[in-house]
Amino acid sequence: MALTLYALIQTAVLCTNALAVLHEERFLSKLGWGVEQGVGGFGDDPGVKAQILNLIRSVRTVMRVPLIIVNSACIVLLMLFG
Amino acid sequence: HPLSITVVRSFTAKSRARAAPPPAGSVLFEDTSSTAPAMNSQGYYTPGYDMQGASSDMQGGPGAGNMFADPMANAAMMYGSSLANQGKDIVNKEISRFMSVNKLKYFFAVDTRYVLKKLLIIMFPYTHQDWEVRYHRDTPLPPRQDVNAPDLYIPTMAFITYILLAGMALGIQKRFSPEVLGLCASTALVWIIIEVLVLLLSLYLLTVHSDLSTFDLMAYSGYKYVGIIFTVLCGLLFGSDGYFVALAWSSCALMFFIVRSLKMKILTSISSDTMGMASSAKPQLRLYITVATAVFQPIIIYWLTSHLVR
Repeated sequence: MALTLYALIQTAVLCTNALAVLHEERFLSKLGWGVEQGVGGFGDDPGVKAQILNLIRSVRTVMRVPLIIVNSACIVLLMLFG
Repeated sequence: HPLSITVVRSFTAKSRARAAPPPAGSVLFEDTSSTAPAMNSQGYYTPGYDMQGASSDMQGGPGAGNMFADPMANAAMMYGSSLANQGKDIVNKEISRFMSVNKLKYFFAVDTRYVLKKLLIIMFPYTHQDWEVRYHRDTPLPPRQDVNAPDLYIPTMAFITYILLAGMALGIQKRFSPEVLGLCASTALVWIIIEVLVLLLSLYLLTVHSDLSTFDLMAYSGYKYVGIIFTVLCGLLFGSDGYFVALAWSSCALMFFIVRSLKMKILTSISSDTMGMASSAKPQLRLYITVATAVFQPIIIYWLTSHLVR
């Protein structure tokens, strides 16, 4: 299996896109993974679930605009070069 | 490697000299024309546009300020140049936050004795007694003085040697072409990146507050290339049987090495849960991470070398 750097970049963009399209109220809250369930016990260790929820929420907030740019670039490049 | 160390040292000397401007408060009251020529010569080395803009501003500032009859414009010009200085410092600080050159220098501070002992430990870790990383007033000792400290010299050299060996092995099988070499190199690099990212993600999710930085993890995941080189060499010299024997030997040695090294850092790191007893999930999950890392090594060794030794 030949993994190239290009495949890695593709994987990263696809995974980040997948994380970014998870909708807060329609999906995550129904699943019990909403924002309010993320802030668990205070002070000490947040626990695995809280960390995952925090990660998802921060990826969605931070990567929204760069993802728009990267996706547009990918669309243009794929249309031009196949 | 002395050449690379001198290059890195000269680079840090330049960056250290560049990062020592007059403090922002006193620039308003000092004559900045004395620092203008210094800024000009350092502006040559950096590609930052704002630095060159700032240096030309500062050159034009004192010269043109003397011509302004209005002292207010003079003060405004110097204030503007001090603001430009501050912006330049912030840019430097942000860039050095991503990859600090001093931290990288720590990992390449090796000498021959360290390299030989470390290679021996990687291939035969069973007799090594003391796995603690020694500290010196809160900073870890450089690899020159502490044989347990991770370094990046061995992984880098081992990686490059692996690529060359892969080219040679493919040439022996008459399957060589330059593209295949590049493919092999990028596959190995991608696996390193994946492993480091997965380790970072799992350490973050379990809130393990260890002092394992990204470079430490890169070092620990690059030590497997020593085992890979040994395996490929035995496979080339002794055929398929030698390959499997060497694979078993280096897998066991590497698993032992990784478990003993990471056990110190991950399992005994101070978790922030100090109240009461530790929850039962935590030490088990940390153990799983360590064991999973160790088990991943033989798999990836087999994956990366089996196509080289038929």
